[in-house]
Amino acid sequence: MKSNFLNMALSLTVIALVAAGALAWVYTITKEPISLAKEQKKEQAIKDVLPEYTRTDAPETVNGLTVVRAYNDNTFVGAAVETAGNGFGGTIRLMVGFDADGNICNYSVLEQAETPGLGTKMVDWFKTAKNKQDIRGLNPAKVKFAVSKDGGDIDAITAATISSRAFLQAVHNAYNAYAGNPQADGLSGASAHPHTIDTTATDTTAAKVAADSVPALPETIVATPAPVRKPAPKPQHDSVHCPAHDTIIVEPEKCDTL
Amino acid sequence: MKNLKIFLNGIIKENPTFVLLLGMCPTLGTTTSAINGMSMGLATMFVLICSNVVISLLKKLIPDKVHIPAYIVVIATFVTILQMCMEAYLPALFESLGLFIPLIVVNCIVLGRAEAFAAKNNPWASFLDGAGIGLGFTLALTLLGAVRELLGTGKLFGATLYPENYGMLVFVLAPGAFIALGYLIAIINKLRTK
Repeated sequence: MKSNFLNMALSLTVIALVAAGALAWVYTITKEPISLAKEQKKEQAIKDVLPEYTRTDAPETVNGLTVVRAYNDNTFVGAAVETAGNGFGGTIRLMVGFDADGNICNYSVLEQAETPGLGTKMVDWFKTAKNKQDIRGLNPAKVKFAVSKDGGDIDAITAATISSRAFLQAVHNAYNAYAGNPQADGLSGASAHPHTIDTTATDTTAAKVAADSVPALPETIVATPAPVRKPAPKPQHDSVHCPAHDTIIVEPEKCDTL
Repeated sequence: MKNLKIFLNGIIKENPTFVLLLGMCPTLGTTTSAINGMSMGLATMFVLICSNVVISLLKKLIPDKVHIPAYIVVIATFVTILQMCMEAYLPALFESLGLFIPLIVVNCIVLGRAEAFAAKNNPWASFLDGAGIGLGFTLALTLLGAVRELLGTGKLFGATLYPENYGMLVFVLAPGAFIALGYLIAIINKLRTK
């Protein structure tokens, strides 16, 4: 057909309108199944990572992470935390379950874009009982929660240390959210010094944690032991702000840039 | 007879991957396993058939100068419909193919067949051409995916054939895609010219 302005504009408009109508129709019929599928996936992930439970609290947000606390007949059995880390190929999103004592119960990888055959092994690697790669049953506050290359207690995925670091960092963040600790800043600092997270926190957060030391749990679960947490160090009077590290240095003589 | 010829044309004589060398991006990107390659091929086949038929029906109504924009709108519509349906009813598959589904819009096989075949032929012939080319693409992707999965991880369609430790990991990664594709093209062309 010969082109002129009128028929070009008209035909494109009609095609675009029909396309938009078709898309709107498909959108309305698939909207519900899509949200349902996402919802189910999340629920299934929470079920997978926690011990048996009968009911859950409404999700709460701690340190920007979603925490769902679960109960079995009013006994606190643990909490599932949705957490994320920067992996080798993009964001890794995990669902991590902790039991009432703060031990890792199980985890489930919700989303990842790691290298196939290397980083993607994280789906099963850290729950396989072999050498020191199993993190189930560990309490991130009690063991050196880092890959063995960084002096930690956990074997990294073969040839995927960056993915493993990101994974452990995400799990550690989840533990902090579960226990109510302030969040560690950055990946490198926490992966190198998994036990000194609180000292890198600014004095306001450290003071805040010292103030409300007991997490606000419902009275019904007083019988169960509270999650094990180490006390946050109070900021000392001679602490100095280090411009290079942009943090409060508790021991100024140890900072080489001051 | 002529119809059968149109259908078989896409599978052997003008196989989009091994002979026309079209649509290399999804070919290399999604074939980490046989099942992924096959799903991508089937998804492309669906879009190819639908767009071929619709474009063949519309060919007399679209002015010459706006062919391409009109075709792109038609193709993009089908791709988006496919994406939404897949996300709703096959969420696991959607997750593994994710990024590559929207890229079907710019797959040159789809636009190429619209321009080269559907715009000149009747809807039934266009349907057969879409099915043939789509099936050829699916077979090629499945074959490439199977080779990469077998050499890389020792599995085939998820079933273990030999221990994973003996697999050549490079075949699952991007360089292995190029190597495997190159050898497959060489083998197929040798067989085809005999």
